[in-house]
Amino acid sequence: MEAASLPGGDRGLLSRSPLARLPDRALKYGLTALAALILALIVYFFIRLVGQARPAFAKEGVLGFVFGNDWNVSAEHFGALPLLLGTLITSALALLIGVPVAVATAVYATELCPLRLRAPLTVLVELLAAVPSVVYGLWGIFFLAPKLQGTEQWVADRLSFVPFIGGGLVTIPNYFITGLVLAIMILPIVSAISREVMSTVPADHKEAALGLGATRWEMIRIAVLPYCRSGIVGGAMLGLGRAIGETIAVTILIGDAPKLGDHVFAQGYSLAAVIANEFGEAQGVHRSALFAAGLVLFVLTLLVNGVARLLVVRAARGTSSGASRPTTSGATTRLADSTAGA
Amino acid sequence: MSANATPTDRLARFALSPARRRKDRFARASVLAGTAIALVPLALIVYYLLRKGLGAWSPSFFTTDPTGNTFFGGSSIGGIKSAILGTIEIVALASAIAVPIGIGVAVWLVEYGKSSWFAQTVRFFVDVLTGVPSIVFGLFVYIVLVVGTGSTYAGYKGSIALALLMLPVVIRSAEVILLLVPAALRESALALGAPRWRVIFNIVLPTALPGMVTGVLLAVARAAGETAPLLFTAAATLKTNFNLGGFMNSLPVQIYKDVTSPTTAVVNRAWGAALTLVVMILLLNLIARLISRRSRLA
Repeated sequence: MEAASLPGGDRGLLSRSPLARLPDRALKYGLTALAALILALIVYFFIRLVGQARPAFAKEGVLGFVFGNDWNVSAEHFGALPLLLGTLITSALALLIGVPVAVATAVYATELCPLRLRAPLTVLVELLAAVPSVVYGLWGIFFLAPKLQGTEQWVADRLSFVPFIGGGLVTIPNYFITGLVLAIMILPIVSAISREVMSTVPADHKEAALGLGATRWEMIRIAVLPYCRSGIVGGAMLGLGRAIGETIAVTILIGDAPKLGDHVFAQGYSLAAVIANEFGEAQGVHRSALFAAGLVLFVLTLLVNGVARLLVVRAARGTSSGASRPTTSGATTRLADSTAGA
Repeated sequence: MSANATPTDRLARFALSPARRRKDRFARASVLAGTAIALVPLALIVYYLLRKGLGAWSPSFFTTDPTGNTFFGGSSIGGIKSAILGTIEIVALASAIAVPIGIGVAVWLVEYGKSSWFAQTVRFFVDVLTGVPSIVFGLFVYIVLVVGTGSTYAGYKGSIALALLMLPVVIRSAEVILLLVPAALRESALALGAPRWRVIFNIVLPTALPGMVTGVLLAVARAAGETAPLLFTAAATLKTNFNLGGFMNSLPVQIYKDVTSPTTAVVNRAWGAALTLVVMILLLNLIARLISRRSRLA
């Protein structure tokens, strides 16, 4: 008879005692608090960093700090332009060298490679992400930089008429070597995201191109690359974020000279490198200036990563077809997250 | 004439023009060359690591602490025992902090937050965390735990910096896996009268476990190779230290310090330490891959 009354709404029979509900509530609110903690942590972090950076900003002015071309610790002048430009030059070189290679790898793995080779090739490229930053620095400074110095000098001599490239004396640690090693370091992430986006190209599009008589390359150019453009750009931006924040390898390879180099084969400095290199013995305004450099770095990576996520997510959703591919953005984010960083 | 045309002649009308064929060949060759170029640095790094690293390895390399002596060659510079143990201790504590919090947040996102605005905000902030350079995490921990407490470096402060770095990786990978747990499993358990928390602990988490272990191991592997956040949180020391409240050595910091040395023997120790670190990280990656292959989800 109780069963008969159930559908009518006697839910009391099914409900638990308040005591039995306690763990449920506790878990729900506990986990919510944990999530809120993450938010609070980041906001707190930002406020504290600004607080620590304030003396340097007060001394130089915010613009004076960011765009002042004079980093002189003993004279207590802190203009971060040489560092900012060092970061931007090396990251741009990394993109210039790394992205074409990464996209080529992705195109080969998804479109041209024999099926049996696809998995091993992917694993090999991802192995590059397993090498720690400091090992790249070690390898770069003791193997790559000395081996390439002659070639770099040859290029610099031949191109002596080109500003910013030729004419100067090539030092072993320099912007170019740093950019080259950064290119190797961002290769796995750019390649992984490009591959991920390329695998979302509908087979119909590719078959249509081939059916109309396109060659393999024409099919890739007509059907694959335009479809993936924003995804590849997003992947490159994520790589750029990595390159900007990369610390130890850059500290070892860039030469740590606190002035702007005249050309790409000269020594320089970067925002991350200056913190790693000078923080240990920094005092007073100098220390505050390093926190300010950290803040500039933080904001820079925030901007770059924000744009990148936007592009990757939009690409993964599919811009032309409008069809939703819910797993892709998750998988892409996972790839983005699991590849090693600084 | 057309009657005389052989089948090959007729097919020739569909043949590619030489220019298009050349372009296709050239483009395919370039793509292949790009792929080969991508693999060259890997081969070179592995080759040099093995050649230089194995030369530095010896039983005493793993069983002695660095002496801090950098002026005389040979065995007097010591090994990397304190660095290996320090890395294991720091990373173990970092995992103990990051894994429960990370999986907790992931469970909240999937089971409670879903697509509410608050959950979206949390996801956005986790993405922000992912992009933060590791050295900035070091600065943060320095501000809060070194300046903030008026004390000095300690192993556990390094662990907290690494835990912050691992958090977004753990959260995102766990969330992806938890989303793959079939809704039917949850609904069956709820229909049988199980309360929500039991569904989570007895159904959802065990199903997702292998996948989550993979994500966690990848996060651990990433944290183990980090130098920058440790430089001014855990600092460096020579002696083996089992007290996470004291200064602590670690493999990446040891390598970084040795790279800048003018002494060949010390640089060789850096190669040996680098090989050790890479082997440890590759082992973690390998285990992660094996587990994810056996997982039924994804």
